[in-house]
Amino acid sequence: MKPTLKKLYAWVDERLELQDLIKFMAKKYVPVHSHSIWYYFGGVSLFLFIIQVVTGILLLMYYKGSEELAFESIQFIMSKVAFGWLIRSLHSWTANLFILTTMIHMFSVFFEKAYRKPRELTWLTGMLMLFLLLGFGFTGYLLPWNELAFFATKVGTEITGVVPIVGKPILQFMRGGDDVTGATLSRLFGFHVAVLPGIFTVLLGAHLLFVNRQGMSEPLHYAETPEKERKTMPFFPNFLLRDMLFWLIVLNVLAILAVFFPWELGTKADPFASAPAGIKPEWYFLFMFQTLKYIPAQIGFIDGEVLGVLVFGAAGFLWMMVPFWDRQSSRGERNRFINYIGLFVVMYIILFTIIGWLA
Amino acid sequence: MSDISDPHVQQDKRDFLKFALVGGTFAWLAAVIYPVLSYLKPPKQAEVVVNSVKAGKIADFANDSGSIIKFGTKPVILIRNPKGEFKAFSAVCTHLECTVQYRKDFGMIWCACHNGKYDLNGRNVSGPPPRPLDEFRVTVQGEEVSISKLS
Repeated sequence: MKPTLKKLYAWVDERLELQDLIKFMAKKYVPVHSHSIWYYFGGVSLFLFIIQVVTGILLLMYYKGSEELAFESIQFIMSKVAFGWLIRSLHSWTANLFILTTMIHMFSVFFEKAYRKPRELTWLTGMLMLFLLLGFGFTGYLLPWNELAFFATKVGTEITGVVPIVGKPILQFMRGGDDVTGATLSRLFGFHVAVLPGIFTVLLGAHLLFVNRQGMSEPLHYAETPEKERKTMPFFPNFLLRDMLFWLIVLNVLAILAVFFPWELGTKADPFASAPAGIKPEWYFLFMFQTLKYIPAQIGFIDGEVLGVLVFGAAGFLWMMVPFWDRQSSRGERNRFINYIGLFVVMYIILFTIIGWLA
Repeated sequence: MSDISDPHVQQDKRDFLKFALVGGTFAWLAAVIYPVLSYLKPPKQAEVVVNSVKAGKIADFANDSGSIIKFGTKPVILIRNPKGEFKAFSAVCTHLECTVQYRKDFGMIWCACHNGKYDLNGRNVSGPPPRPLDEFRVTVQGEEVSISKLS
């Protein structure tokens, strides 16, 4: 190190005791085993989050969140602003990839039972972040104020409206009135750029703190192998460099997608036009959308829609609470039942997404 | 005068302070939360009550077609069946509020969002819609077609 840099380092070290931090970093090890690949999906999700923050802020420089101007401002970004098309395409593509990588991350944690004691809170903060991501997807989708977004928002908010008792007030709260109007755009814009990022950042901080405090989770089979046979790799620099290589690959994939498959803008929303044929939600809502199509209007005395929403809500809640009811995994015992549930859910989501896609 | 070192007096004082503190905290919370919740509740805006609108001339609507007409802030679908008769319904699907359209090929009113179908009397005949579409009255005076609420 150059003397000036050394001096600067000594100055900061004297005040913040960086030595301890470096010692901590140097002691961090990542277990190496046949399932190690799944460790990379958390890191890459973090990388995609950073891209979203940066491209999101850039879009904010030109975006105008009102009924009259939203669509036109994105047209302006895409056709007049230098590299505007790239920034907007990146933001849209990253959003989709982000949800995909967090889903992979979540399911890998689920199947490895990495949520088991003592990592219940890490799982809980992660699940909350995943729900927030879906919220980001939903709120961000309306911002271009195009035809598809207009009806997606109508349907999405109307679905919450069917929930007994709390549904109606929540619907009004989200729409800023009884209908999807400019007021809805203002609200969802506020959620998308202020409320959700604020909460998300706090959860992300906690999530990362927990991971660092507890270290990487070891799968059950790894924990059972004798200590001498367990392989590890230093986090710094070995694991971090591999992490960053993966980030670089993902960045390239993103660049290819954004350049060769630029995100479409569609036609401006018109509250007095019929819903266009072939209208579909984004892929990550497709399995729920497809299920709702199959539920009959009435099941016994209950509305089909209400039943569907309540069942999805309950399933999501149970899923989030898995560390608290899967006691077997917490005791270090194998629990095949969890694998069957996980497999069923994965197959259900994949099957209904494909049917929804083809329909 | 009571003795300050009397344990009963001290306990009374503590209880009072606790009560004041907890009560004060709750009152303060209520004083913050109530205005915030009220603020978030969208105010009722006076809407012009529309009872009837002019849809256009008879010649504007071909036989076997449907058009969306602005009825105040809500869309209404005006159907002219193959025989040339007019019918009008609320265009808001009773399922999840998408705007419906007329499908010539089915001879039905169709919602693209979840494949809901209504017959030309507005009755929900297939798919998820739970109720028929609300009907509107169509009156033809001379060449002029108007739509009004069924009262």
